[in-house]
Amino acid sequence: MNSILPPLLIAVPLGIAFLIPLVARRLDRLADTLGNLATLSLLAVALLMFPLRGVYRIGGWNPPVGISWVLDGLSNLMLVVVNLVSFVATLFSIRYMERYTAKHRYYSLFLLMVAGMNGVILSGDLFNLFVFLEIASVSSYALVAFGGRHEELEASFKYLVLGSVGSTLVLLAVALSYAVTGYLNMGSVSTLIAGRQAEPVLLLAAVFFIVGFGVKAAVVPFHPWLPDAHPSAPAPISAMLSGVLIKALGVYALSRVLFNVIGVDPVIAGVLIAVGALSMVVGVFLAVGQWDFKRLLAYHSISQMGYVVLGLGLGGYILATGGARGAATLAILGGLFHLANHSVFKSLLFLCSGSIEQATGTRQLKEMGGLRERMPLTRATCTIASLSIAGVPPFNGFWSKLLIVLAAFQAGFAWLAAITILVSLVTLISFLKVLRYAFLGALPEPLRDVREAPALMSISLVLLAVLCTGMGLLLVPAVRGVVLDPAVAALSQGLEYARSLMAGM
Amino acid sequence: MTGMTVIVKTVTRWVKVFIFLYGVYIVITGHLTPGGGFAGGVIIACSYILLTLAYGKEFALKRLGPRTAAGLDSGGSLLFLIVALLGIGSGGLFFTNFLQKRYPGGEFQLASAGFIPIANIAIGLKVFSCLFLVFIILSILRIVLDAEGKQSLVQRWPEGKEE
Amino acid sequence: MVYTLCFALFLTGLYCALTKKNTVKIVIGLAIMEYAVNLFLILLGYRRNGVAPILDRSTDLADFLARSVDPLPQALVLTAIVIGLGVTSLAVALCIRLYEKYGTFDVTQIRRLKG
Repeated sequence: MNSILPPLLIAVPLGIAFLIPLVARRLDRLADTLGNLATLSLLAVALLMFPLRGVYRIGGWNPPVGISWVLDGLSNLMLVVVNLVSFVATLFSIRYMERYTAKHRYYSLFLLMVAGMNGVILSGDLFNLFVFLEIASVSSYALVAFGGRHEELEASFKYLVLGSVGSTLVLLAVALSYAVTGYLNMGSVSTLIAGRQAEPVLLLAAVFFIVGFGVKAAVVPFHPWLPDAHPSAPAPISAMLSGVLIKALGVYALSRVLFNVIGVDPVIAGVLIAVGALSMVVGVFLAVGQWDFKRLLAYHSISQMGYVVLGLGLGGYILATGGARGAATLAILGGLFHLANHSVFKSLLFLCSGSIEQATGTRQLKEMGGLRERMPLTRATCTIASLSIAGVPPFNGFWSKLLIVLAAFQAGFAWLAAITILVSLVTLISFLKVLRYAFLGALPEPLRDVREAPALMSISLVLLAVLCTGMGLLLVPAVRGVVLDPAVAALSQGLEYARSLMAGM
Repeated sequence: MTGMTVIVKTVTRWVKVFIFLYGVYIVITGHLTPGGGFAGGVIIACSYILLTLAYGKEFALKRLGPRTAAGLDSGGSLLFLIVALLGIGSGGLFFTNFLQKRYPGGEFQLASAGFIPIANIAIGLKVFSCLFLVFIILSILRIVLDAEGKQSLVQRWPEGKEE
Repeated sequence: MVYTLCFALFLTGLYCALTKKNTVKIVIGLAIMEYAVNLFLILLGYRRNGVAPILDRSTDLADFLARSVDPLPQALVLTAIVIGLGVTSLAVALCIRLYEKYGTFDVTQIRRLKG
């Protein structure tokens, strides 16, 4: 493939991240403009690249000698989601980050994180995946600590230690797979380990991959860094972390390696199902009792990630045990659609919390109240996002949760469907609590003169809310065939897809 | 008196140039011998750190201040990115080695292997300035906010509190 | 056999990162873990009685291919060492900032985030 677009996804954010400290050290407006231009152009490139498929060979070296980038349905979908959320987050941070003084450093680190995530999604080579994973992770450690207050530093240190352990495990797994096969290219590795997955070394590599990417995706039991890191970060960074980082670095990389390189067998799929169900239940029950708005949202992230992992694991289990292919594709479709939906509504929720924090100065639900008259736009978008996450029709969360429940029924796991519905109900309860405490009720004395969020912040909220309402239309069969079905095919055809696409160029 | 004793200062004054030159040698012949940008950049940074240890911080900061080091940092990275992007112009793909690989002088010369020497120099610049900046910020300077909320770099232990 | 020792070093680093109470010791544990993985990676390329993978005017290509050690892990380890450097320097900077804010290096006392 000879298109000029894929390198731009890495080169533009890297270039502008290196350029901003040189030219915009004192000029905040210039840093704002450059940062937003960068993410807007990345969004345009990701949308233009959507129909492309194939293998991009870096430097002209043929695989398996060279590093290759793979463009298939799943990576294109993830690229659009990641770049869309990062554009909205930079739009929001023009006004939100006024309270911090080193804006040029913020944009630099932000763009490095986006470059890292784009690289993880594009990469078709195991060590390249690790390098971009580390770029994105280290930038996010620094961004969580950006404000320099007590809790931000403590949360960042905790995140750094756990995240480093995860990354080192990923590197160890890559080393083990190199030891067995002698190749790093994903297609070559998958061809060479076919049928040998039960060997002790490869089993160890699979376990290390699951644990390492599980730490990045914050599934239970690797979740302890998330409830501290996501609330302490500035609001647009929380939106990025919860909205795309745990997906691109965690769930996407995990599914890519498990479905396309190692191959799913019933044991691995059973582990995914167990971990997903545990995350759903633990996350939502720990979330209901929270009184800090952002901490509540962080626990809900764990729970919703459980949905995605459950959907993918269910699909993998049905495929591995030779069950009905229709049910398997339904489950994977539900999982991937929920991944896209969650990016949109969770980042909208975090941006709303940032808007409320900017206006009222607090994150504690008990100190808020009665904001419905002062902040109508924030209230409307927050209501839309809460209904989406709770799975109320016609917003997007409903459709993806319905797909997962239907797939669980079709595969004969009625108890999983029951757990899913129960978790949705508890999610609805906790978000009704949020809406009641934040917006309804009486306006307390200290909040007498709050005003609505500035225009730029409101634009990003409205953009995401419109997407929340309209994304249900992605399931219309004509649109679904273009957008979601190729992504599902990339995972459900598993090993054959990977080998044909990546190995024999 | 800042810095170390006379013996250390004299030996440093003689030796620092050789360390710097050795680092530059490792960077430039990275495509022929082991080393390359990373290792060479670390050695060059070590020569500046030796200067800081032996002569004291003001002397070293006058030689290479934080602002210059940050500029070199960004400059080195941008040079590397530009070299990678230029590969698209004449080869079609990212990172294509677009310079000649074999000059009339034969193989294994300094000017061979395409753009790898330029990439090595860019990485050497970046690693050297980055490591020196990290060393300075962790040990000597720190970022404070003054009265109107602007950030500036001041020394951690000002003169009065020295040993 | 030597790979088992690498793994033992990795477990030592993991133990240190998980159980120590001083933040600096935790950072040292992380560093030991990274170096153990780098050591493992570079030992994968070893070949007994091997020569360094440097081509010269006077090398014979067939003999070189049969005897040289693997150069790919060397490139991988170079990159991984630099990544480890970045993470370690960020961790140390966080330790220094934590000391300035909390006044202690003890992790059990740096615990204002609860719930």
